[in-house]
This record gives sequence, C-alpha cells and structure tokens, in this order.
Amino acid sequence: MSSRCLRASVGATVVAALLACGVAGCDRERREYRAAPAAPGSERPRLTDLQPGGTLAQAPSATGARYEGNAYHINQGSRWFRSFNCNGCHGNGGGSMGPALMDDQWRYGGTIDQIHATILDGRPNGMPSWRGKLTDQQAWELAAYVRALSGNVSKAAAPSRREGMAATPPLTRIKPQPPQSSDPSAQNPPPP
Amino acid sequence: MDELPAMRDPKSALACAAAALVLCLSTAFDSRAATVDDGTWTMPARDYASTRFSPLTQLDTRNVAKLQVEFTFSTGVNRGQEAAPIVVDDTMYLVTPFPNRVYALDLTQPGAPVKWTFDPKVAPAAQGVACCDVVNRGAAYADGRIFFTTLDGQALALDAVSGAEQWRVKLANYNVGETITMAPLVVKGKVLVGNAGGELGVRGWLAALDADSGRLAWKAYSTGPDRDVLIGAAFKPFYPTERGKDLGQTTWPPGAWQTGGGTVWGWISYDPVLDLIFYGTGNPGPWNAEMRPGDNKWSSGMFARDPDDGQARWAYQFSPHDLFDYDAINESVLLDLPWGGSGGMRKVLVRPERNGFVYVMDRATGEVLAADPFVPVNSITHIDLATGRAEYNPAKRPTTGRTTREICPAAPGAKDWNPAAYSKRTGLLYIPHNNLCMDWSPTEVSYIAGTPYVGVDTKFYAGPGGHRGLFTAWDPLRRRVAWQVKEDLPVWSGALVTAGDLVFYGTMDGWFKALDARDGKLLWQFKTDSGIIGQPVSYRGPDGRQYVAILSGVGGWSGAIVVANLDARDETAGGGFANALKDLKQRTTAGGTLYVFALPAR
Repeated sequence: MSSRCLRASVGATVVAALLACGVAGCDRERREYRAAPAAPGSERPRLTDLQPGGTLAQAPSATGARYEGNAYHINQGSRWFRSFNCNGCHGNGGGSMGPALMDDQWRYGGTIDQIHATILDGRPNGMPSWRGKLTDQQAWELAAYVRALSGNVSKAAAPSRREGMAATPPLTRIKPQPPQSSDPSAQNPPPP
Repeated sequence: MDELPAMRDPKSALACAAAALVLCLSTAFDSRAATVDDGTWTMPARDYASTRFSPLTQLDTRNVAKLQVEFTFSTGVNRGQEAAPIVVDDTMYLVTPFPNRVYALDLTQPGAPVKWTFDPKVAPAAQGVACCDVVNRGAAYADGRIFFTTLDGQALALDAVSGAEQWRVKLANYNVGETITMAPLVVKGKVLVGNAGGELGVRGWLAALDADSGRLAWKAYSTGPDRDVLIGAAFKPFYPTERGKDLGQTTWPPGAWQTGGGTVWGWISYDPVLDLIFYGTGNPGPWNAEMRPGDNKWSSGMFARDPDDGQARWAYQFSPHDLFDYDAINESVLLDLPWGGSGGMRKVLVRPERNGFVYVMDRATGEVLAADPFVPVNSITHIDLATGRAEYNPAKRPTTGRTTREICPAAPGAKDWNPAAYSKRTGLLYIPHNNLCMDWSPTEVSYIAGTPYVGVDTKFYAGPGGHRGLFTAWDPLRRRVAWQVKEDLPVWSGALVTAGDLVFYGTMDGWFKALDARDGKLLWQFKTDSGIIGQPVSYRGPDGRQYVAILSGVGGWSGAIVVANLDARDETAGGGFANALKDLKQRTTAGGTLYVFALPAR
C-alpha cells in the first residue's frame, strides 16, 4: 500500500469518525470548565402541570439540555453527589432519609430545570436549600446526574461503570423511566 | 413533684410476695408499686426499672384465645408508629409520628372518643434530617401533666385533663441535623430528654428540664471536656480505661468530638435507692471509623448519673471506637438478682445490646458481670471481663475503599431500639430482635452541617438460618436462651409481659401475637392493617377489664422501604436496610391505627 493510499484511507476514517460523531453527539465530551452566569430574568420552572385557564407551554432551558447530554458534566455531578453528601439522604439513588431518585416518582418535577430549581431552592418537607452553597454550574451538573439515575440520559453520555460498592447497575443499563407528575408515597399530611 | 411511692417503699420483693408467686427468683423495681394490681401505664417502659411487666392477671394462657378487638383509632398519620400508648385516670394518650399530634381518648365511653387533641405545629423541614423515618416513641405522664417531644427538637408539657399547653422549650436545632424522637422520662421533678442525629454529625446530649417550668436544670454532653460531660469528683468508673481527664476530648482526633455523635435517643432507667439514672449513648460520627482514631468517648456507651445535678457516677463503653454503628441506646432493665451463688441479691442492670451481647452489670459500680452473645456474632470475638473491653475481630475490621463482607450483627444490631420486657414470675428477659448480617464499605466523607455524616456504603441481609428476626426469651441467671421463636422479618416492635404469663409482640407484616411466657407457644394472633413496630401495653379499663393496646403502622429504619417508597434496586438504599427487606412492600402497606384488645364483656 502506497503512502498516498494510506493517507486517503486515514482521511476516510477521520471523515467516517466525524460522521459517527455527528450522530452520537460529539458534545458528550465537551468540557465547559466555567459556565456563564445564569441569564437574568430567565423563567422559573413550574413545579406542577396544573394551570388554571389552560396550559401555557414552557420551553426547556438550553442550559439544561446542554448539561443533560454531556458525559463530563454528568460525571462531575456524580462526584458532587458524594462530595455534598447527597448520597447520605438519597443513597446511591434508591433513597434513604430522602426519596429515591432512580424511580419515576418526582414530588417536585423530574425535568432537569425542575431538579436544578429543587436543589437550589430546597423544598418544604426536608430538602435543604443549597442556594449560596453550590455554584449554579454545580447545581446543573448535579441535576444532570440525578436525571441520569432514573435512566433518563443518552447512552452516549452516561458512564457505563459505577463507583464504590456495586449497589446499582451502570446508568447505561437502567431502563429509562419518564418522570411521573405525582408521588403516591408522599403521604405526609400537609403541614399544619 | 411529689415523692413517688416506690421511693418510700422500694422493697419490690414485697410486691412479689403479695402476688403469691410460686417462683420469685428475682425482683425488679417498680416506680408505681403502690399496689401490685395498679392498672395504669404512665410511661412507655411502665416502671423506672424498665420491665414492661403488667401485674394484671385477668388475661392468662387459658383465656387469651378469646381475645378480640374492643376498639380502634386512626392516628391520621401513615408513618412508623413506634410510640407506646400511655394510660392514666381513665384516659389514653397517644403521640403520633411527625407532625407529633397528641390525642387523649376517653376510656369511660364506648369506642373511646377523643377528649382533646393537641397540635404542636412542628416544622416540616425537620423531616429532612430524621435519619430513620419521622417516628416518636411516646409520651410520659407525671403529676397531672403529659410530657412529649417533637421531631423539630421541642419538649412540651400539657395539662393532662384539658390538653392545654403549659410550657414548651426548643432544645435541638434541625439546621445542624438534630431531631428528637425519644420518649421523655420524668424523675424527681425533672424531665429528661436527649437528641437524635448521630448520622448527621451532631453532638449528643441529655438535658434535664424542670417539670413545672421547662427551665433547663442541667445538660450533659456525651463528648467533649469533662465540664461539658458533667464529669467531676463523684465520677468513679469501674475500669481504668474509663478513667482520666477530658477523655471525651482526648480520645478523638483534634476537634472531632464536636461532630462525634453519642446521641441520646433511647431509654433511661432510674433506681430510686441508689438515686441514679442509667442511659446509653449512640454511635460515633461518622460511621467510617478510620476517620476518627481513638476510643471516641463517650459514644456507644452508657452513663450512670445523679438526677439532681446530672453529675456522672460511672461510665462504660460497650463498643469503644465503634466500627459498625452499634449505638448503645437500648434499655437498661434494673433487676435484683441472686448473682454469684452467695445467696445475697445483687443490684444489676441487664442490657440486650446492639453489638450482640446481653450484658449483666453491677449498676452501683459499672462492673460487667457477664456478657454473652444472643445471636451469632463475628464482629466482636468476646468481651474481656477483666478489662471490660469488647475485642474486635481483626478479620472483620473495615477499611476505606474496601468492602468487608458477612459482618454479624449488621448495623441495626442484634437488637435495635425496640425494648425488651422482663417477668419477675418467669425470671426471663423477652427480647424482640434482628438476625441480620451485612457488607460494609467505608468511604471518605466531609462534614457539612445539617447533612448526613456517614461515609459507609452498606447492605444488610438475613443472618445464619435465613430468618431475619427472632423473639428470644433469655435467662440472665443461667446466661442462656430459654426459648426462641424465629420470625421471617426483623422484629421491630417492643415486648410486653404480663402476670398472666403472656408475652406480646408484633411483626412487620402486621401480626400481633400472644405467646406463653414459659415456653414460647403461640396462643393467639391477630392481623392488623399494617406492620407493627410499636410498643404493646396493658392496662385496666374503668370497667375493670384488662386491655392490651398496640399501635400498628410500619416504618422506622427497617420499614422506610414502605413508607418512604425506597427503591431496592439500590442495595444501599435506606442505609442498607432496603436490601434485607426487598419483599416488605408486598407484605404490608403504610398505616397508623391503634388496636385495643380485651376478652369479650360478659
């Protein structure tokens, strides 16, 4: 094989690889080390689908979509999940003092925007508010990882190996469970 | 508070004789032993000796088969019902799990209608730092008042007749992970209350409040310098390892005692003759023991204190440098036993301990007289009676980043909080407990106030034999099992024993059982609507009949898989408990109902 032929073949491989990338999403590995500050005036995510007088559409945020499909950010989220002791309350996704995150039940919404809001705002029945304790980017990365725990993650972006005691299957092997809007286990009487 | 009858007449041997017992091997103090047939139940353990022995004899082994439901009551809360109902002056008092409502039921009326309700308005955020469901272990009655605690860290006193609030004190701060789940004990006009939160790096304490005003009389920390632990000139521990200055500080890495746990969320006993209270302390924080070299005093141990000023008399650690979350908050059952064969009675306390051993200790000195395993134990090889030390098995010593397998007992221990009962008629201690082992994988963890400070991935499973629970009748004199009943599920309810020689307990799938106290034969059982993790009690109603009451409603650490809907595909969920109880969601559902049983009215 001549060197010219080899060059052509390498070139073809590169083209093929780029094409394949285009399909699977080359952004899976794009590392955004420092995020732009949150845009001012951006719409807060709704926590319920009940809207008096008809429903208004709310577009998912571009930030959420970007983090959700990115392997680096999901992996960073899994590190924060331990560093900030999220695992102490939510286990490795199965729940403990706090609710499970690997199932399809979401008390406060299961989109990445809603999870991001829940992490920063806290929720009245025991979820602490992390605003001012985490950066906005860490909250997005955590939210991306939390979404992935219930299989709602692109196979291209999910890590295929878990750390620690093999408590749960790799994220690539968890069946996607689209979020449900209510949680039948939230049987606590409403706060007095 | 008026002097208690037992303080005037502590000779419980007299009570034994009056009951015309054939067998009177041993005796137990009875705080309310004014009459042996006193039909009340004024505190969860019934008496200061924590025997949970009812002197009532109407129900016995011959007629118990006819026991039937007399009335029920919904607590309105479908979370773990760990409380004991309290009965005094023809009224029953209940505290629910969060939101900790108090109900007074009128026992003189058919169906026991509500006399009054009290809602303490507990902060819902406290649910987020409650380690093991949002439980409450009951109220206590003394001198016309009902005392109870709330999950968000308050202690309250209500007028027992009207339900009017007399005082409330905020004792614990849920923003650093503190909650309160224990039942108070009232001793000499002081209300004793401690904190929970050993999984969140809080610093444990026991507080004494003036029963009239709620004013703090004293507060004894479980870790830190001697002045905080209330260790002074009167402190005379039995073992040399417990002697020295500021051991609650020096047996930790610098400063680690401030986040070291040793919480006080279990049971307190009181001996009016020695005038000492006895209580245990919870696990050290974090669970990962490599992060806290040293003995970690005074976690996973116990104190004897003067109730007037809180000064410690002696202390002892059951699990020094605890490796496996072996809290030592279990009950101390105060007995006078003919120990050592010299003919004389010895004042002892008996503790079925989480680390798997039944301890018999001299309660005046803190000397360990016996420590025998009541389940298969491999985490500790033995308790050295010369030094008092628990000797850990090096093969089961965990290390960060590695999984150590088949450690027995598991973190909830051979027995968790759910209290045993003692019958002076049979001389047996009735222990409701677990048969669980575990895998344990420590990780590094950072302290962040108000978040879990654990640092271990773990999962539990059935111990040898495959059954997850046991109900054991233990003979403390012969130091062996008298009889034992295997239960498929962990036994997470308390025990009750009566002078009719019946023992009662409940199972996590909802069966309430009565056994013959002498041989363990099942005599009666009833299926309640949810799993039972409560404390059975027995009382005489205004109509003169004997009643047995139990709260049904699964939950707690073990039942969290049901009430918190944990996902057991994660074997470490629920602090490792979900793995052991993967079938519990099929076996029971959440509930919250009081069941009261009696023989049919004639």
